[in-house]
Amino acid sequence: MTTLELLVTAAVHPVPGIRSLTLAAPDGRDLPGFVPGSHLVIECGGRSNAYSLTSDGTAPTSYTVSVLEVPDGSGGSRWVHRELRVGEVVTARLPRSLFPPVARAAKHLLVAGGIGVTPIVSHLRAARTWRRETEVHYVFREGRGAHVDDVLALTDGAAELHTDRAEFCARLEKALADQPLGTHLYVCGPAAMIDHVLDTARGLGWPESRLHCERFGLDALDPGDPFDVTLTATGTTVRVPSGTSLLEALETSGVDVPNLCRQGVCGECRIPVAAGTPLHRDLFLTEEEKAAGDALMACVSRSAGPSLEVPL
Amino acid sequence: MTALASSAAELIAGFPFPFPEDRYRYSTNVEPAGRSVSTPAGQWGAAVVDIDGEYAAELAERADILRRDPTRAEVLPHMQPAAWDAAMTLMRELATAYPSTMTLERLGDARWRWTNGLLGLTQEFVYGDGGTLPEEPLRWIAGQVQEDVVLLDQRDQLYGDAGVVTFAADWSFGFDVGMSFLEIHGPVPRVREEGVITRAHEFLKRLQPHQPYRRTNWTLTIGRRLDVSTELYPEWGPDREMIQRVDDATFGRLVHLRVEVQHLVRLPDSGAIMFLIRTYMLPLELLATVESWRRRAAEVLAELPADMADYKGIIKYRDRAASWLRAAGGEAP
Repeated sequence: MTTLELLVTAAVHPVPGIRSLTLAAPDGRDLPGFVPGSHLVIECGGRSNAYSLTSDGTAPTSYTVSVLEVPDGSGGSRWVHRELRVGEVVTARLPRSLFPPVARAAKHLLVAGGIGVTPIVSHLRAARTWRRETEVHYVFREGRGAHVDDVLALTDGAAELHTDRAEFCARLEKALADQPLGTHLYVCGPAAMIDHVLDTARGLGWPESRLHCERFGLDALDPGDPFDVTLTATGTTVRVPSGTSLLEALETSGVDVPNLCRQGVCGECRIPVAAGTPLHRDLFLTEEEKAAGDALMACVSRSAGPSLEVPL
Repeated sequence: MTALASSAAELIAGFPFPFPEDRYRYSTNVEPAGRSVSTPAGQWGAAVVDIDGEYAAELAERADILRRDPTRAEVLPHMQPAAWDAAMTLMRELATAYPSTMTLERLGDARWRWTNGLLGLTQEFVYGDGGTLPEEPLRWIAGQVQEDVVLLDQRDQLYGDAGVVTFAADWSFGFDVGMSFLEIHGPVPRVREEGVITRAHEFLKRLQPHQPYRRTNWTLTIGRRLDVSTELYPEWGPDREMIQRVDDATFGRLVHLRVEVQHLVRLPDSGAIMFLIRTYMLPLELLATVESWRRRAAEVLAELPADMADYKGIIKYRDRAASWLRAAGGEAP
């Protein structure tokens, strides 16, 4: 069992641009539990999109996700907003955990930007159950803050809310400079915001092992240079044009590669590399694995040179 | 040594014979859990937790070991949520595998009722509230499964920060607790050079909930002795000399092929890894009654490189074990 059929039991627009869905098993049975910070990959009208779970992951009977409509995105969020109705059934993969709380953290410093608040909400639910010490900074556009009520309720009003970017940055720097030893930082939001928070933390001497981030999809990658990929199993060579991913090129030529997020996050489409130098653009492989150069994520990564060989 | 509660036929029917080939080497031999494996004598592997005729005897032995040596169980403070998660996960696995005797009912949001019909036990508890169980959750559930349990916390690496291990095969949980996965496996010959352990480590770090995996491991043990921990070496260590002097009938009765079925489970609430070790033992005299097992085990034991035989602690008698098995089939030793 790796897929779930989920009934949409409720859908609300808590703030403009965001639709929150409640999902349950059609027969009402318990759903698989999930680690705080997990996401659900849902089939959205032909696309597979990953959405962070905002509900409690302990023996759940329902899941909730909040979807920001991205008008110029690939269409998945538009489908959730415009097409999907209460009473319909969606197909999802089992929840996946890539942004868990650290059990040994002395304190959890949680920083959220915009819709990036979603995994932070599930972290806060678990923190309440296990009485973990937290500090929350949440920055959002005035009137567009999703889950503000949840964040305030789960922190007894202690969460710091910011709607002014400059004020947020100043406050963040102070907060990062003044944490007890053993604090772990978790940040989720737009890529530029994550980079800013992490760079500020590094500048203040935070070790990498205490920094955790969840990026919801890469910002549009550049189309990349064309290259050739040789499939050593068959001896055929496939052209990967600019603007086409290696994964798409392989699929077009009839080579099935398991894949899920197609955004360089989930790790499903990892393929070995026999020759050539990969141009890594994913967020999944570790720095050591990227340096080894013997595997790449076919959905986003390309070739640094004119050709690659893969043992497929 | 455990007195045997099961019949020989039962032991053979459920035995997870571990050798797919005539030659054994270390490998990252993991496969999805829950698939039943047919053997010439029966089957194994349908469930993540396995209860057999030794259930009551092994649980009594575990309780006795824990009473004598509390260092066989440890839950470091940050592993408390993982211990609850493990208890809950094991109850679900038991209820799924043995629905006629084991049930888990939800009474309210975090309130549950657990019934273990084999032990005549009914327990209501609130998930996460230690005051609602008679003892620490991991120790409590370890008193209801035949598996040893280790919980690994994932930081930069995996760390063995909790567990209840009473049936260790020549290692010490009390010594290893708090060590990283890579440190724990440091003494195993070959595996570092061959990258087996680092591959397993990467695999475990990526393991997701609800998709458990399993592997087998094996050694030989003299006598039906589950607890061959380092702590008790003075008790069982001398058997390795003794066994060289016994007659053939005694040899076949005392030397056991010891197989561990190990399950690897990403716990769905805490995110910790649960490592289950279920130990099965079959004396050579029973192993030899299944012809294909007899022949293959003899080949594996005869061919095993010396460094591996040495690490497994069987170098002094593995040649005799191979000859014994060959002779039992009428082959030349």
